[in-house]
Amino acid sequence: MARTFREAAIAGVGATEFSKESGRSELQLAAECSKAALDDAGIHPSEVDGMITFTIDNSDEIGLCRCLGVKDLAYTGRIPGGGAAAVATIYHAMALVNAGVCNTVLIWRAMNERSQYRFGQPHTQAIGPQAGNGTGSLLWCMPFGAQTPATWESLAAQRYMQQYGVTNLDLGRVSVVQRKHAATNPAAWFYGKPITLEDHQNSKWIVEPVLRLLDCCQESDGGVAIVVTSLDRARDLKQKPVHIVGACQSIPYNVEVISNYYHADLALMPEAEGTARRLYAQTGMKPSDMQMAMIYDAFTPQVLKQLEAFGFCGRGEAKDFVKDGHIELGGSLPVNTNGGLIGEAYIHGVNNIAEAVRQVRGTAVNQVPNVQHVLVSSGMAGAILAQG
Amino acid sequence: MTVPNDPTPAPASAAPPKPTRLAPIVTLDAKFFWEAADKGEFVGERCADCGEFRFPPRPMCPRCHSVRREVVKLSGHGKVYSWILPRHPMPFGFKESPIVAVIELEEGYRLVSNLYEVPFEQVRAGMPVEVFFAPTMGNHQVPVFRPRAK
Repeated sequence: MARTFREAAIAGVGATEFSKESGRSELQLAAECSKAALDDAGIHPSEVDGMITFTIDNSDEIGLCRCLGVKDLAYTGRIPGGGAAAVATIYHAMALVNAGVCNTVLIWRAMNERSQYRFGQPHTQAIGPQAGNGTGSLLWCMPFGAQTPATWESLAAQRYMQQYGVTNLDLGRVSVVQRKHAATNPAAWFYGKPITLEDHQNSKWIVEPVLRLLDCCQESDGGVAIVVTSLDRARDLKQKPVHIVGACQSIPYNVEVISNYYHADLALMPEAEGTARRLYAQTGMKPSDMQMAMIYDAFTPQVLKQLEAFGFCGRGEAKDFVKDGHIELGGSLPVNTNGGLIGEAYIHGVNNIAEAVRQVRGTAVNQVPNVQHVLVSSGMAGAILAQG
Repeated sequence: MTVPNDPTPAPASAAPPKPTRLAPIVTLDAKFFWEAADKGEFVGERCADCGEFRFPPRPMCPRCHSVRREVVKLSGHGKVYSWILPRHPMPFGFKESPIVAVIELEEGYRLVSNLYEVPFEQVRAGMPVEVFFAPTMGNHQVPVFRPRAK
């Protein structure tokens, strides 16, 4: 394999079922979704030569290699920053293929995040000050009762709400749309279970005045994997190739994941604005080139902030953009068409990338017509996927 | 209306309840902050060469890259920047939801803390506040805030 620049593409996606109790190990979930993604691509598992996951994924690379029978691994790496960097896995895989370092890169994220541990509960021990999580400043939150992802998110989101007059009712509209999308997606945990704005307003406060229960993503068990190879090779494989037109990340000075209170203006999301600038410069594309978007939605305010940061509407306008129906199926920019992390499952954002792939292929259950380009964002990283 | 957990000691007649608040997680680069808090002092870290304040504490100045630092006593005055009430689950170590707030200090940087002696509904952005200390498990103290006395 010569080290010349090669365009990269997604050739396969795979997933386990999404549940609240998988009944098997995280490594088994990782192996099952990886095998499914490689089968989807039509690539034998022994051919994997690059592997990427999150810093906080519990499955060992070698353990997974031993399940899949990987014969010679050329590269392995992990991405810090939890879900905020989910799309950075695509960026790394793209770069490895572009550089001719790897030919078959496997991305996976698998977890028993509901049955084995609880992401939503106080993290008094779990993810304290360890390096690599991107959340080193959590130790400045714990003694003050800010101990859960919902509280960390809310301390910044409340500033955004103050600045632009956003209410919890405005946030509820994001949730209602996503649950509507999940309701027609048989893979979603909330399949057949749409909600009304009234249901949202009747759900209990998690963090007042920002998040109710129905503003929060799920805690899920499951795994999702993605296979990246060269665009040329992908054209000869089983599925329609999904070209990675561009992918990048941005971590501006003094920005960190979630306990992010030290940069200049907490009503803004400088990491998403930086990612947008870099991604549009890299690809020569603009917001109006996208037919839809998959936006990291651990909590509803993140969807509003990213819609603004990626230029789909002006600052402070996202609440009206949502209210006017733009992000629904049939709207000008359908968002999180699988139901997102709120409606489908919380596999740390990787299930949202898989939905973008299905939409470009034209095989999604909630298919958007004529999808040429999809923007995928996880806040600190983004990618543009297109028909290859 | 929410009445936040009152951190002031119980009357002398009752046995003072043991603090249940989590003790701070102390790292080598932030030891100075928590040791001062134990003595009831609110301090910050400044570059000993160029004078730049920095928070969270760190071993190098991002402006001039000096590793010389000085610990200085802060005014203890600031303004409320953002504030929330964690309802569910109840934070570990609290019997009632505390007001958690990001405070903008007079010295020009922010930190996360709690707000007391003001009902949640009456908190406003820019409200002037002053520091005092609340006890934690293990005989430590952490800086918390209340509306500034006129």
